[in-house]
Amino acid sequence: MLARYRFFGRPVLNALVHLPLVLPPVVTGWLLLVTFGIRGPIGSLLYDWFGVRLVFTTAGASLACAVMTFPVMVRAVRLSLETADPGLEQAARTLGAGRLDRLFNVTLPLASPGILVGGIVAYATCLGEFGAVVTFAANIPGQTQTLPLAIYAALQVPGGEAKAAELSMVSLTLALIGLLLSEWIGKRLSVMLGR
Amino acid sequence: MSLSVLLRHRFPSVRMDMAFEVPTPGVTVLFGPSGAGKSTIIAAGAGLLRPDECRIVVDGEVLADTSAGVWLPPERRRIGLVFQDARLFPHMSVTTNLRFGMRRAAPGPVRFDEVVELLGIGALLMRRPHTLSGGERQRVAIGRALLAQPHLLLMDEPLAALDAARKGEIMPYLTRLKTALKLPIIYVTHALDEVTQLADSLVLIEAGRVVGCGSLSEIVARADLPLAQRDDAGALLLCRVAEHDAARELSLLQGAGATFWVPLLDAPLGAERRLRIPAREVILASRAPESISVHNVVPGTVRRIAGQAARGSVLVEIALPDGALLSRVTSDAIVRLGLTPGKPVLALIKSTSIEVLGN
Repeated sequence: MLARYRFFGRPVLNALVHLPLVLPPVVTGWLLLVTFGIRGPIGSLLYDWFGVRLVFTTAGASLACAVMTFPVMVRAVRLSLETADPGLEQAARTLGAGRLDRLFNVTLPLASPGILVGGIVAYATCLGEFGAVVTFAANIPGQTQTLPLAIYAALQVPGGEAKAAELSMVSLTLALIGLLLSEWIGKRLSVMLGR
Repeated sequence: MSLSVLLRHRFPSVRMDMAFEVPTPGVTVLFGPSGAGKSTIIAAGAGLLRPDECRIVVDGEVLADTSAGVWLPPERRRIGLVFQDARLFPHMSVTTNLRFGMRRAAPGPVRFDEVVELLGIGALLMRRPHTLSGGERQRVAIGRALLAQPHLLLMDEPLAALDAARKGEIMPYLTRLKTALKLPIIYVTHALDEVTQLADSLVLIEAGRVVGCGSLSEIVARADLPLAQRDDAGALLLCRVAEHDAARELSLLQGAGATFWVPLLDAPLGAERRLRIPAREVILASRAPESISVHNVVPGTVRRIAGQAARGSVLVEIALPDGALLSRVTSDAIVRLGLTPGKPVLALIKSTSIEVLGN
């Protein structure tokens, strides 16, 4: 949507989506806490109607991660949609393909390398989320503790250096795998698309 | 049956106001310099650009009529569009590309095997677009457009991106296509050789206006139109092979109410051929010369004499019983022969200076 249409309020939506990228993560977490907290405007509705509580839960940690990595994802999708050749969509139109038909059979397949790579990078970033999670979902081992949180916690305990080093290695490996995988998939798809 | 187009549109820098009507089926070539408005007609025909005012009717079917609020979107128009760059889908094989429009269209008369055979792309079916040469790509693009069962085929400079060799490779397929399919085709180009080989009707466009419209032989033989200003101006006659004289190594062609000897052709009697006779190769005479090597002495009548000050010459239109020739001579020659419109004249044409093109 952001890539293709010029609509009223587009700059605002654009800024909103990208906000977590520039805002200190702790602030993002605090904003989430305010809106999704049990007394927040959305959080109270969720709690009253569905009995769902997001603060200090695994779901909450996921939400915090999602909000933080969303801009990364949006940027990737948007970039790949913008580089997709509109001429091919025109060709598809003259061949009788309607709007959704074009989106699923031409535009998305052509943008797929960018979207996939964006997804993988976003996933890797997600694993390393710290500030927003600790603020919004706290640091509850086994529930809302992300890798960096666990490392940080380990470092706070005397004699926890070994554990911290272990966890850091896990983090490093995951990040590397993520990056290499995205590179490899991107290349494979590009070859398939004949670029 | 006919194809009629009316288009008015105001771009920031130019105003377009064009209208023409041509018979169908057949190839209508839009010819003119780039930026003249040819591609605007194609885009409007395909529905990709909506002009301020537009009416397009193909064989009685209204594709667009802005005054009546009719504007079919491209996906519902059933037109085939061949772009200058083939625009094949890179993530699909040649076969999938070819079937893309076919799967989305109601069944029609154009069959898959027939198109593959006609365009000679049978060996390419399993390939990916990026492994094809420019000419092959363009042939696949033409096939893809045809298989969508269009009522009208639009071709926007399909050969402009190809070098001369590739162009030569694809041209025979286009002429075959033209005779095999009874389909109205609008073909945009600014290359004269494509015009002379393909066109049935010709629409000349300059700066957003139609400056000439009619059958190919009629338009190219008009001394007052922009085509006549070119170095390679000349007449184009549709002829049939009437006789082969193997002993003299000559063939006789008949057309435009006259006959022409050319070097021996390898074509059956009755076959259609296009003759291009460049204006600079046509000599004028008031009396039949004797002992001369020229084979063709064609009688006609002077129809129009157009001065071309820039060249220091004049262009003479010579009416034949059913067509016309062009001759470029000096104004001194006009005075010496006493030529004026309506006067009889003889056109002398060397058999070797006649270009014989495919049907």
